Parts: sequence; C-alpha cells; structure tokens
Amino acid sequence: MRWNRMNPFGSYKKVVSARSTLKEVLKKAQDGGIVSTAFIYGLENNLLDGVIVADNAGEFKAVPKVATTPEEVLEAAGTKYTVCPNISVLKSAVREYGCEKIGVVGTPCQVRAVRKLMKYPVGFRHVPDKIALIIGIFCMENFPYYGLKLIVEEHCGVKMEDVVKMDIGKGKFWVYTRWGETKAIKLKETHPYEQIACHVCTDYTAELADISTGSVGSPDGWSTVFIRTAKGEEIFNKMVEDGYLEVKPIEEVKPGLGLVEKLALQKKEKNMKEIEHRKELGLPIPY
Amino acid sequence: MVKVAHVQLCSCCGCLVSLADTYEKLLDVLNSIELVYCQTLADAREIPECDIALVEGSVCLDDHHSLEVAQEVRKKAKIVVALGACAATGGVTRYCKGNQLSKPVHSSFSPLTEVIKVDLAIPGCPPSPEAIVGVITAALNGDMEYLQPYAELAEKGSEACGCDVIYKVVNKSLCMGCGTCAAACPTRAIEMLDGRPNVLKELCIKCGACSVQCPRIRFPELIEKIE
Ligand SMILES: Cc1cc2nc3c(=O)[nH]c(=O)nc-3n(C[C@H](O)[C@H](O)[C@H](O)COP(=O)(O)OP(=O)(O)OC[C@H]3O[C@@H](n4cnc5c(N)ncnc54)[C@H](O)[C@@H]3O)c2cc1C
Ligand code: SF4
Ligand code: SF4
Ligand code: SF4
Repeated sequence: MRWNRMNPFGSYKKVVSARSTLKEVLKKAQDGGIVSTAFIYGLENNLLDGVIVADNAGEFKAVPKVATTPEEVLEAAGTKYTVCPNISVLKSAVREYGCEKIGVVGTPCQVRAVRKLMKYPVGFRHVPDKIALIIGIFCMENFPYYGLKLIVEEHCGVKMEDVVKMDIGKGKFWVYTRWGETKAIKLKETHPYEQIACHVCTDYTAELADISTGSVGSPDGWSTVFIRTAKGEEIFNKMVEDGYLEVKPIEEVKPGLGLVEKLALQKKEKNMKEIEHRKELGLPIPY
Repeated sequence: MVKVAHVQLCSCCGCLVSLADTYEKLLDVLNSIELVYCQTLADAREIPECDIALVEGSVCLDDHHSLEVAQEVRKKAKIVVALGACAATGGVTRYCKGNQLSKPVHSSFSPLTEVIKVDLAIPGCPPSPEAIVGVITAALNGDMEYLQPYAELAEKGSEACGCDVIYKVVNKSLCMGCGTCAAACPTRAIEMLDGRPNVLKELCIKCGACSVQCPRIRFPELIEKIE
C-alpha cells in the first residue's frame, strides 16, 4: 500500500473556502467558479494562452475543447457528470493551436495522467514544458453518458433537453430544469450507473494538481480550494490580490474540512478494498 | 566522462533527430558525455567500448551485417538502450515483408529487444526528446527508480499495438476515459468514442506510445511527489 493512500488529501500548502467575484462566472459556474475564474484570469493576464475544458455538446454530453478566450471558458463552465476525455486534446493544444502556456482542468484521474506524461513523455514531444497550470476538481465517481441519461430521465423523470444544471450534494443527486423545477434522488440510486473503472481510484481531491477545488466542505455558491504547489500558490495569490476571488479561512465555514476528509477516506477505503479484491482474483490493477 | 554511442540499425534516423531536438538540454548533457560513435555525426567506423549505446532501428534477420552489429553493440556497451519504436517494439518495420528491390530477400525484421538483451527501451515514433533526455540523465545519475518502467519495457514490452489499451485497460475494467492514449498516438489511430479509445487498426504503426502513456497500466510511485 502506498504511503499516501490513507492520507485524505495528499500534500498541500493551504486550504481555503473561496468564490469568484466575476458575476458572469458565478451565473454559470458549478460552485464558486474557481476553475473558470482562474482560466479567465490566466488568459487575460497572459499567464495562459489556451485552456482545456469540458464543453457541453448539448444535453450534457461532454466534449473536450481547447479554449483560447474568456467567452469560450464561460461556455464550458459547470459540471457534466459524465466522462470527458480532456487529455485527448492536449497535444492538439500545442500543435494546432500553438499554445505555449496551457491550463488543464480535470478529474483526479486526468490530473494523474498529466503528471505521468510530464515525467514520462514518451509520446508527448515538446508538451511537458507547455503545461502551465493543472486544476483538479474533486471527484467521487463518474458516469458513462447513458448512465447519466438513465439517472436523469428514468429516476428523476426529467428530459435531458430540459436540464440546466446537475449537482451532487447532501447525499443526493439534484437536477434543475429550465422551467425552474428541482428534482432530487438519493445518491444510492445512482450507484448502479457508476463507471466501474472508478472503483479502483483512490484520489478524491485531485492530489497531484497545482490547485484542486470542489464543492464539498463549503457553503452553496462557494468552493473548497487546496493550493498545492508553488505554481498554484503564485497564481492563486495574484488572483486574490487583483480582486478576482473572495476568500475565507476554511475553519470559518460550514460544514468545513471535516466532511471533505470523511468523504476522501471513505473513497480510499472502499476502493482499496476493490483493488485488493481484484488482486485476489488475479486481475491487473495500475501499479 | 560517460561514453555514449549512437548505433543505427534498420531505421529512419528520426530517433537521432529527436535526440538532437533537445537543443540546449542536449548541450547540458553533452558536458558530461562523450559521443564516441555515431555514423551520422562522426567518422568512427568501429563500435568502441562504451557506457551507453543508444540503438535505433530493428534488426533484419535476413541481413547478417544487421545481426552482427546488434551482437557487437551488446558486447561493447554496458547499458544498451532500444531507442524508439523500431528498436523497442518493432514499430512500422513490423509490417515489412520483403520482395522489394534491391534486396527482395530482406523480409524479416525484429525489434532489438527480441534479438539481444536490452537494458532500457524508450518507445515512441519518434521517442520524445524529453523522454530521451530523461533517460540519459537518470542513467548518468544512476536513478534506477526513474528508469524502472523503461527497464520493464526492455524486458517484456516488445509486442506493442494499439490493441494494448483495449486488452489491458478497457477489457480489464480499468479505463476511466482520460484520453491520454489518443493524444499520445502519433498517427491519430485512436479516437475517443463514448469515453473509451477506439483503435483504427489500419493507422496503427505499433509504436507502443498509447499503452506506455496510459496511467491505468503503469503509474510509477515517484510521480506522486509534486512541488
Ligand atoms: C464527474 C465529477 C464528479 C465530481 N464529484 C465531486 C464530489 O464528489 N465532490 C465535490 O466537492 N466536487 C465534485 N466535483 C466537482 C464539482 O462538481 C465542480 O466541478 C468543482 O467544484 C468546480 O466548480 P467551479 O465552480 O470552481 O468550476 P466551474 O467554473 O464551473 O468550472 C468547472 C470546470 O470543469 C470542467 N468540467 C466539467 N465537467 C467535466 C468533466 N466531466 N471532466 C472534466 N472536466 C469537466 C468544465 O469544463 C469547467 O472548466 C465533481 C466533478 C465531476 C466532473
Ligand atoms: S472516480 Fe477517479 S477514475 Fe473515476 S472519474 Fe473520478 S477521478 Fe476519474
Ligand atoms: S495506436 Fe497509435 S500510439 Fe498506439 S501503438 Fe498504434 S500507432 Fe502507436
Ligand atoms: S490512457 Fe486513459 S483513455 Fe486511454 S486506455 Fe488508458 S485510461 Fe483509457
């Protein structure tokens, strides 16, 4: 077992609760809009010249996109609870788009993929040095698209085309429609639709990102933010100084870090068991 | 001074170009190495004793000269590195089948890893300059932990194909759809469909990049140290 598997959060310098001060971001973002604000800030201040995001291709189908303007970043704001192969366009960002300072957002597994290709860049010529910022989003599990569709249409009784936002929180899966309705089902009902490959994943808070963020731990409309690396710290501090973010000490918000820790450890314990189980069956696991 | 040789077998010289493509990083490395043999860049005719031999290309089993060079390099070098897809996994030479002028009998090509014992293999077509510098630097520093994945590929990674991500990842309930394999592929033989790699067999040149980059097959622990 690896040393950090049971360490809930991985290494970090600082953790806070924060939200964007940009109105247009808060309108579209999932939580405090940390990801979109960081990308817009980076593009506007020439710290980034391209960012990889998950665009909504309609009805919450997610497609990776290289965004080079704040408008494109805004279009892609908000969580799509389905697999989006963000890393598949990383080389295009360097080649076709000619980006030299790339921001990437991804689930913990995608962040891990980026760190691997930076250390072992076998098929990634001239890519590692162009990765300027890695933002990770917390992730408990993901769903294949038809898994998501079944949850929304069969369990919540809402047509995909009417959905404007989905959210997981307080033990429930929430769906908001363009008619202003809200539907929620117990998270337990969504378990059968989880991507099974998520069950060997032991990273909840995107431990290898420069900055990780998620909703858990902070009040609605705010985000919990881990600042992990020197790079992450530099851009985060600049954003605060320039008035792009409002920040509160995590100790002062409810439910606070305790809940994040509980969920992170739950994920690790459950999935470590699955890893052990697969080993017993003689099945391969990432090593 | 560490003595380095570059040896070209059945290959296109793109791996050496990739090595040269490291620019200033190569100059840093060159301060601590002596290039003792490289037919493209220097005129030494015989492979001398050396510490590291970077060998690109596969071996033509129908050409005694090719076989002899492979064996010679094993005798002369302390560390043999299979540089690039052809040496590591066969690459595009997997498809050779002879019947072409001027040597219609040259029909059988095997990766170096299947002909002699190789210590490290760097797949990729071409292998990235950064990967080459990473391996040379780690070899100079004796950083065996970093080199471990490359050592494993030298030992058992010769049969590479786009199908690897299907057999070893998708079929094993390990693929979480990150898309890294698709980005790694030099011929765009992988497209992501429904969050999974779909391999277009006709485009695959068996370079090994996709499966080597997949974080769900191998994830060396040292990656977890970030600053
Ligand atoms: C599958 C999934 C599971 C999650 N589970 C949790 C959880 O258990 N607990 C928790 O606290 N938070 C979870 N999150 C994160 C949370 O939903 C928000 O994404 C996060 O708080 C960022 O919000 P924001 O307002 O800062 O970002 P925004 O400004 O809204 O930006 C979000 C960014 O994420 C990108 N994105 C959206 N969907 C995906 C996707 N599927 N793959 C990759 N990138 C995507 C968007 O393109 C956008 O750039 C999950 C997210 C996903 C995608
Ligand atoms: S649970 Fe893990 S593997 Fe699954 S999408 Fe989230 S980070 Fe990726
Ligand atoms: S699919 Fe692409 S990356 Fe994979 S072995 Fe074939 S050519 Fe190489
Ligand atoms: S690199 Fe990512 S998408 Fe490709 S096989 Fe591996 S886990 Fe799946």
